[in-house]
Order: sequence, then structure tokens, then C-alpha cells
Amino acid sequence: MKYLALILSNLKRHKLRTALTMLSILVAFLLFGYLAAIRTAFTAGIDVADLDRLIVRHKVSLIQLLPASYEARMEQIEGVDSAVGQTWFGGYYQEQRNQFAQMPVKPDEFLDMFPEYVLSDDEKEAWLSTRTGAIAGRQIAERFGWQVGDKVPITASIWTKADGSQVWDFDLVGIYDAGEKGTDDTQFFFRYDYFDESRPDWGKGLVGWYTVRIDDPERSAEVSAAIDAEFANSQAETKAEPEGAFLQGFANQIGDIGFIMTSIVGMVFFTILLVAGNTMAYAVRERTNELAVLKAVGFTDSGVLGLVLGESFLLTAIGGGIGLTLAWLMVSAGDPTNGFLVTFFIPGRDMVYGVILIAVMAFVAGILPAMQAQRLRIADALRR
Amino acid sequence: MAGPFNWISQVASVSLFNVRTVHKRLGSSLTAVLGIAGVVAVMVAVLSIAQGILRAMESSSAPENVIVLRSGATAEMMSGLGGDDVRFISEAPGIARNEDGAIASAELFVIIDVKKQSTGTDANVPLRGVTRAAPSVHQEFSIVEGRMFEWGLNELVVGVGASREFRGLKVGDSIEVANEQWPVVGLFESGGGVSEAEIWVDAAVLQTAYRRGNSYQSVYAKLESPDGFQAFKDALTADPRLNVRPMREEDYYAEQSELLYNVVTGLGKLIAVIMGIGAIFGALNTMYTAVAARAREIATLRALGFHSGPVVISVLLESLMLAFAGGVVGAGLAWLAFDGFTAATLNFASFSQITFAFYVSVPLLIQGVVLAMVIGFFGGLFPAIRAARLPIATALREQ
Repeated sequence: MKYLALILSNLKRHKLRTALTMLSILVAFLLFGYLAAIRTAFTAGIDVADLDRLIVRHKVSLIQLLPASYEARMEQIEGVDSAVGQTWFGGYYQEQRNQFAQMPVKPDEFLDMFPEYVLSDDEKEAWLSTRTGAIAGRQIAERFGWQVGDKVPITASIWTKADGSQVWDFDLVGIYDAGEKGTDDTQFFFRYDYFDESRPDWGKGLVGWYTVRIDDPERSAEVSAAIDAEFANSQAETKAEPEGAFLQGFANQIGDIGFIMTSIVGMVFFTILLVAGNTMAYAVRERTNELAVLKAVGFTDSGVLGLVLGESFLLTAIGGGIGLTLAWLMVSAGDPTNGFLVTFFIPGRDMVYGVILIAVMAFVAGILPAMQAQRLRIADALRR
Repeated sequence: MAGPFNWISQVASVSLFNVRTVHKRLGSSLTAVLGIAGVVAVMVAVLSIAQGILRAMESSSAPENVIVLRSGATAEMMSGLGGDDVRFISEAPGIARNEDGAIASAELFVIIDVKKQSTGTDANVPLRGVTRAAPSVHQEFSIVEGRMFEWGLNELVVGVGASREFRGLKVGDSIEVANEQWPVVGLFESGGGVSEAEIWVDAAVLQTAYRRGNSYQSVYAKLESPDGFQAFKDALTADPRLNVRPMREEDYYAEQSELLYNVVTGLGKLIAVIMGIGAIFGALNTMYTAVAARAREIATLRALGFHSGPVVISVLLESLMLAFAGGVVGAGLAWLAFDGFTAATLNFASFSQITFAFYVSVPLLIQGVVLAMVIGFFGGLFPAIRAARLPIATALREQ
């Protein structure tokens, strides 16, 4: 630590160059943080998927419906605790571009299954006693300016009512909060009984998919197989899989997001590494004389090595640290697509990766010049 | 005397001197070039995804083609039309006819899970039930391998994009639909359009398998001329028996790709801007170093009577030249690596997969080089000003 002042004064020697290098490093880490948030958004929910929940859907595709009777049959299966059905409603609010997720559910079972949707007791009570009641996530309620007590008309694009009308009226009885980071609070849930009564005959008694809670996450493969076996050779065969695998599979439909993001970040870091390495090389070359003097007054070879590496570390740490902080601030300010990315935050894990990357980058950029400084022979260097 | 000429010759001689000595600053110059190349390559690559999607959508439509959905439906999957609806639509004025009758194809659209080649996980692949007019309506439909399916049989033809991106969709394979194995008998192309991501089957066969009775989801039709659309639309919307939404194919596909295109373009530009700012810092570093290394030469030139204008311009020119090199390298790399690269993604609007080829268009290449030049301009501007302001006496005294 006693050399910190020396390292600092070295950095201050070419203030402009130091500042510019720091800013390039800053930008690299800003981008790193930002892309981590984007990747997380595209793979929404995987990190918070519950290990003891399975998703059961129609084997042929997600759009095909399953009989509502499957709920009771699944609950009979050994290892299954409970099952809750959901159905994609696919409507919009006022204008076609205002699309978001709406699903009919059985309120009490649903809230037990998904404790991450946080609703006050009063609101829960109101939902249970209001047939046309619905709850909305905090984010979507803010987007459309909804308050508890509002009437919310949703225009159906799939489920026209049995009487032919397209608009379904709901009473907003609650606004749920995200229980943990990464919980989707852009959804809208309403009651299955109201849904089933009002929809046309061809759809009655059908649901889109089930979420199943199992007793023991260790046995998820076994229970999944038992569920699929129960409905094998029926009109509606099922495919059961852990919630995390289902969400990962869905994210994969978009493309290999992780690979694309890693490629971009790799490209960015490679170029920034060139900039930082180049700066450090300059710093050493310019200071050949001084380094020789330091050695002459008693600094060891490894001391000089440490000095140059320390400079590289300090430079990268300041730039990278500010970059990560800025990324965090920018991400907290909101997503760039105006509501398309349902969750937008930098997971703690990626912040840790960022810090590790700072260290790696500082080392790679500084090691060559530092070794050059270490090998410097006093007599040769002073003669130059 | 020869004022302007003298000025220009000064610019030329200083710039030439800079160019000839670039190799002395190879390290930092190369850093700037590569940094800018990286930014341009990433921007061009990401935006070529959006361009590719757009091109696939555009090549799916013809100006005289229309699609009719149920009123209120935003995509085929949500739509529903009865057999009578289809008949009334096919009789509407303006639809082109050939020896088989009206060129209008009533279609069913469902999705089935097929494993993605790249990840091995399920993807929503469109399965389209078509009627006999379909090959005449859809753009440039042609069988490229195997044969067309037999009408009335549960045989499939698969778009070349789907066959490439998903597993088990080669001629001779079969897929499970409604508890039966349906064989793939042919592959088709459609001019790079979105239907190349689809699997086609006789609509009547699909209706039975999915217990859809005599219902459909959409009608695709060819009009006698693009101008006939308004009359066609008016006829359908005025018909009290129908509750439908007629659209030009162009508008429909533009609507279908809008969200995806905006998301990819928005993110691509955002990344490019952030990276570009980083590259400006890199370029500034390079050019300040270049100016500092040349302080004495610049001071000497000034002492000899060179104006500060030519000195500023020469530094800017050097920066722009490096940036241009970076831009060309970056755009070239992106073009070599990504143009024609095929991929599939989920189109949120239709909830199904579309296949497309990355498209590095000429305007995109130009955009890349322009971005490089902007970086070069800002990266060179401040060092250039510093060079011009260099006090001659002190600069000459420096060692």
C-alpha cells in the first residue's frame, strides 16, 4: 500500500491519456453489465424457476389445449402435491399494440402455487369474492395507469365470448408485486370460472398448460414420466418437464442469446484490451529512465514488476468499477424497448463476473510491459 | 498571390508527411483501426439480422396479394373462418382466376413442436394446411426435392428453411401429428419468404386430424391488380354475412415483423452507440499520441510559415483515414462472416418460428463506414486543435 502514492502519481503524469484509457475501459464494462441485463431479460424466469415445479403441456405444441379434468388426475399421481392450470388469453387493452400476458386461473390455488406474486390479504379476499375480478402486475398497472377498483376492458383476439362479443370487462381488485428479482410483474390474471362460463362451447373445459408442484425436486424426472404415462395414448398426450427446462427451451426458441451476447462482449473486450495494453506499453517505454533510477536506488526487479502491474490494476479497477456502476444505474432506469423485456436487471452473479473480468483484464494488459520493466538492466537503461 | 493553391499544397504536404510516418506509430494506429473495426463489425452484424428478417418478410408478399383474417385477429393463429366465410370471400370482386377457378387459398395454421437443430430444444414450427390454389398464390413456390404431397393423404412438404434449422424434417423422415406418423415427401422454396420455415399439408387432412370441421383460419388470394384492393376490401366489409379483416399481404407482413424488427434494431443501435463512444476514446488516445510525438515537426512547419489550418486538417485527415480503414475492415469482416448466415428465431407476433438469412446490405455497409468516419472525426478533432495551438517556441525546445 505504501507504493499507492507512487502509482497514483504515475497515473497522473499523463492525465489525458489516463483519463481516455479509463473511459474506454469504463465503456467496455458498461456494455458488459448492460448486455448481462439484456441476456437475463431474454431468458426471463430461468434463474427464479422453482425446482419443485413442473410445467405440463400438450405434447404436440403449447397452443393445443388440455382437458381441465387432468388437474384432478395429476393430483392423484404419487409425488404430485398440486396442479394449477393456466390458459393464454391473448387479448389487448384498447389498442392492438397494447399486448401483454393475460391468463385465467383459479385464484386460491394459483396464489398458493406462485408465492412470488405478492398480493395483500384484502386484495386476495376481494379477488375470491369478485367473479369478474382480476389482478395485474405492478409494472403493467403503471404502464396503463390502472388503479385498484378500475374497470379494465380487454379485447379478446382468440376467445370471443359465447355471445359473440370481443370485449371482456374485468374489475381490477388487486395489483401484485414481484416477490423476488426476476419475477414477471407484467401479467394479468383473472378468474377461470368467469372465463369458462363466458367462452364459447368449443373451448369449455379446456386449459392451456399446468404448473405442477411436486413433493421432492430430486424426483422431478420420475414424476414427469409418471404424468406423461398417465395420459399416454389419449387424445391429448402431455409433455411434463421442470419449470426451468421449459423456460430455457422457450428462450432457445429465440436463438442462442447467450452465445450472441458473449460474442459481442468478447469482441468489445478484445479491442479494449488492445487500447489498455497499448497505453501501459507506452507508460513503460516513456519511463525507462525513471524505472532504471528506481532500480538503482534499491527497488528489486519484482518490485518494479509490481509497480507496473499495480498501475494497470488501478487504472482498470477505477474504469471498470465506474463502468459497472453506470451499467447498474442505466439498467435501473428502465429497459430500452419500452416494456418488451419483462424483467430488466443485472443479476448479482454477473456483477461478480464483472469484477473477475476487471482483474483478468488488468493482468493481461499489464503483464507484458511489467515484465519488460522487470528485465530492465540499469546500466543499459540509464545510457539511453 | 496564389493563396488558395498555397493553402491546399500545404495541406497536401503535411498530410503526406503524416501518412508516410504512420508506420512509426504502428502500435497505436493499429489499435485505433482494430477498435473501430470491432465496433463496425458488431453493428453491421446485429443490424444484418434485422435486415434479414425484413427481407424474408418482404419476399413473402406480392403487391397484388391479400390475406383475410377474422376481424380482431392480429395473426393467423388467432383467427377463425367458417367454410361459408371462405366461399363468400372467394367470390368477392377483383380476385384473379385461372382454369381451376379463383386464385384463393383457404388455410389452417397450427404449430407443432420440432427440435431445433442448434439447441435440441422444442421450437414452435408452423404447420400449414393449404388448399389447391396455394402454390399459385404464395410467392415463387416450387418443389426443389422429392415431390408435392398427394391431396387427401397425410403427406407433408417442408420449407427449405425449416428443413435446415429443425431436426427430422428431411425427405424420408416423418413427424408425429395427432398420434400418427406423417411422412415428409418433398422440400419447397418460396423465394426466401417466411413460408420456407413452414410445413405444408392438405388442409382437409389437417382439419380432420385437429377436428376442425370445415373451418379455416385465413384466406390468401391474388387480385387481378394491386389497384383492386380497395374494391375488394369494401365488398368484404360491406357484406353483412362476414366479419373479417382484409389486408394487403405487404401490410400484414410489415405488421408481423414490426416488433421483432424494432427490438433487434433498437438493441443493435444501442450497442453500437455505446461501443462507438468507447472507440472514440481509443481514437482520441491514438491521435493525441500521434500529435505529441510530432510536436517538434509541427512546430518546425509552423515556424517555416505553414498555417495552422493545414495542420488541423492534416491531423483530422490522418484520423479519418485510420477510421476509414477500420470501417472497411469491420464492414468487410461482418460481410464475410455473416452475409447469408442462416438462423431461425421466434416471431412473437405469430408465436412461431421464422427462418431467415443475415443480410449485410449495401446501405448497411455504408452505415458502418459512416459510423467509423464519425468516430474518426471526433477522435481527431481535439488532437487537431491541440496541434494547431501548440506554442511554437516551447514545442521546438522539447527534446
